[in-house]
Amino acid sequence: MTKKIKLSNLTDMFKGMDVEALEGVTIEGDIELDLSGGGVFDSTLAYSLGHEAAQIAVHLVNISRLLGYPVEQIFAGSMGTESAVQDVSAPTLLNDLLFSKFEVSNAEEWKHTIQEVTLGATSADGGTRKNTITIGGENALPYYFDSPMPHRNYVTMDVFDMPISMAKAVRTHYEDVMNDPAEWAKKNVREFDADMVTIHLISTDPLINDTPPKEAAKVVEDVLQAVDVPIVIGGSGNPEKDPEVLEKAAEVAEGERVLLASASLNLDYARIAEAANTYGHAVLSWTQLEINAQKELNRKLMKQCNVPRENIVMDPTTAALGYGLDYAYTNMERIRLAGLMGDEELSFPMSSGTTNAWGAREAWMTSSPLKQDSDWGPREYRGPIWEIVTGLSLSLAGNDLFMMMHPGSVQVLKEITQTLFGSIENKSIDINNWIGEI
Amino acid sequence: MKLNSPLQAYKYLPGDNCGKCGVPTCMAFASHLIERSLKLTDCTPILEDKHKAKFIELEELLAPEIHEVEIGVGERVVKIGGDDVLYRHKLTFFNQTALAYDVWDTMDEENLVDRVNRIKDFSKFYVGEFLKLDMITVRSVSDEPDKFADTVKKVLEASDLPLVLCSFNPKVLKAGLEVAMDRNPLIYAATRGNWQEVAKLAIEYDVPVTLFAPDDLDLLKSLTKTFTEMGIEKLVLDPGTFPSGKQLKTTFENFLKIRRAGIEGDRDIAFPLMAVPLTAWMMHDDPLSASYWETVLASLFTVRYGDIMLLHSIEPHSLLSELHIRDTIYTDPRKPVTVKPDVYEVGSPTADSPFFVTTNFALTYYTVESDLSSNGIDCYLMAVDTEGIGVEAAVAGGQLTAAKIKKGLEDADFVLKEDTSHNIIILPGLAARLQGDVEDETAAKVMIGPPDSGRIPGWMDEKWPLIK
Repeated sequence: MTKKIKLSNLTDMFKGMDVEALEGVTIEGDIELDLSGGGVFDSTLAYSLGHEAAQIAVHLVNISRLLGYPVEQIFAGSMGTESAVQDVSAPTLLNDLLFSKFEVSNAEEWKHTIQEVTLGATSADGGTRKNTITIGGENALPYYFDSPMPHRNYVTMDVFDMPISMAKAVRTHYEDVMNDPAEWAKKNVREFDADMVTIHLISTDPLINDTPPKEAAKVVEDVLQAVDVPIVIGGSGNPEKDPEVLEKAAEVAEGERVLLASASLNLDYARIAEAANTYGHAVLSWTQLEINAQKELNRKLMKQCNVPRENIVMDPTTAALGYGLDYAYTNMERIRLAGLMGDEELSFPMSSGTTNAWGAREAWMTSSPLKQDSDWGPREYRGPIWEIVTGLSLSLAGNDLFMMMHPGSVQVLKEITQTLFGSIENKSIDINNWIGEI
Repeated sequence: MKLNSPLQAYKYLPGDNCGKCGVPTCMAFASHLIERSLKLTDCTPILEDKHKAKFIELEELLAPEIHEVEIGVGERVVKIGGDDVLYRHKLTFFNQTALAYDVWDTMDEENLVDRVNRIKDFSKFYVGEFLKLDMITVRSVSDEPDKFADTVKKVLEASDLPLVLCSFNPKVLKAGLEVAMDRNPLIYAATRGNWQEVAKLAIEYDVPVTLFAPDDLDLLKSLTKTFTEMGIEKLVLDPGTFPSGKQLKTTFENFLKIRRAGIEGDRDIAFPLMAVPLTAWMMHDDPLSASYWETVLASLFTVRYGDIMLLHSIEPHSLLSELHIRDTIYTDPRKPVTVKPDVYEVGSPTADSPFFVTTNFALTYYTVESDLSSNGIDCYLMAVDTEGIGVEAAVAGGQLTAAKIKKGLEDADFVLKEDTSHNIIILPGLAARLQGDVEDETAAKVMIGPPDSGRIPGWMDEKWPLIK
């Protein structure tokens, strides 16, 4: 039971007490100070009560000191606040920061290096490219502090061998070159800062124009003439026709170290691998969101087709933001982690068809088809950010090379990946007082 | 959590396989505990007094590596933190990144209320659910306590979303807390300069508090240790979000370092992390560039370990991409990728209703299904077994073929000639090249639908012969 006493009793109790006099004193039970009785204080009474309380406090402090309690910390912590009575069970406020050093170790399980692959060949190596591009070589996940990335990410921009339907926000940038792949390639490099270009020979599809391989190869020659960056050559995706088309394209591009896209399990990959080996190119090993299929295809390319390790790049498939990016992201992250931990069937650099982001309806549709949705805003703002976010998340999962379409997306993706890579200097910004400075 | 295998958890359970938790055996329950798909309190026997010691011990062992912090109250409570892994495929990430959009105390009332309403009401339908924004940040720009309190009050009247109260001035924070204390807001922020006063507020009002130590991990850890020592455990850590250049690279590394240390067992730093992509507005004057860069930063820190985020742009292009990347990262990778291959009824189809084909990839299926049902189209929708691959990729990869469609019809016991009056199959526009093959295999007529199911309503008006 709580014993109630008046303040003046307390004052009397402690009056004249000194440290010696407290020897053997014990304080039992709770001490409750009842200040609420009797309605409103008058100011004189409040003052005198305050005075008495302060006197008591001095005595109580002395008792606390005597008992070895660090009473100063409470006082330093609570000075200047309105809080009246310190609850005995309340947390203790500290006066000084408890210094603690932050430490973290590097990831021990990353002991292996991702294969480096060089694309393009200069005259010194029998090609006509002005520069080469090397991807891979990582010893850690991208941009991690464990080990710096040896090469930055690169962007290869799409060119098609015929006009195709594309989102309006993309089309406006290519309307003038849509009928001329060579001019299109030039525009990508000169105006849009593409590191590479990809020529997609889609007109070769028997269900489209069924362009003969020889004619398609002519377009490849035109593109190689028009630009001096390394190139990627893509087929139409028709599994019967692609091997033949890519073989012919590989032949006319001999010595240029192009990337042939793609070898997959559902077509005659051996023929594509053979063409790459014969004419000195790299192969894109394409599977569909399945890590075991990727291992299988890489193994077949290496063991069965004798493709050298330094000529293999993987495309584990890119699904757009909102349309399976969770699978694409995790598939790539698992592949890269497996490579770093020593799975030699997965330790290759990766490429992403980031352009697939434009298949998302959020990227191209004028407005939402669903009545329940809030307004989607202008589509010309949605499209590019869709491609950027899709690409950025895959760059964090370990993707090295990006196949992209929209010039604005390319610019922003390059800016963020190169910032994280560490090659972009910007003036320092002081964020100490950001709350009121925006 | 400190346990790796069901066997380790099993040792603490009653072991009588009573089944009260909903699974038949204690061993099965133990696996659910390790996968975090059931809670320890689902085992009612272990809550009895005689098992109390084991319960307490096991609960401690099962606690997630990263502390969980709650902001807000009641149905609107937002939980952050609580993760156990560095990569989502290792288990899943828990408690998706909370997205908090800002208002500030120099806004006039009309704009303030309008902005709060837009934040509160924004909604995007996705795979059977609505994606929504979580919280409102109130920033003190005036640095005047009364003005701040007044703004907080108006926000509370307009919405029941949880709040972040932002000021480096403890007097301003206190004024806000006086108004909002019943709603358990997160206060932002304790710094090297004001930590004692802010700690006092956190204790007095018993609210979660953010510790802000821009690019100083030792200071951040010291603050954390000091606060926990004072008994303040509802902490959120802001290591500073610098918006560009080398500073941004360092910011990114700081997030990686803190989370790795936390998951690896450094309890002193194992708290939810806050990112502030809002700082993008300190480097760009043009609103479009600023909103783009802010969304880039938001995506970056959604993927790598941001548990709560303060944001500014409420333009749809920002909100849509931020909501979707968050959903991408926090979707449980253990959930099935596919729906069961079958012929499903959408609405109340009759023999005259159209018959659509799509894949059994869950995402594709639910997208098509919601496009049809939300537009009131009664029809049959067939999910073909494409091994969980979407239409375009399945056509390219040979998982969506005429033979697969024929087999799907047989397995579902659906006979087009008898069950429909028209004997027509409508293929997705992206599978147009299968038209001839499907006609040959199934002896049905084949029509080609639009390439995106969002366009089916318009397509129906124009093409479907048996209308209405």
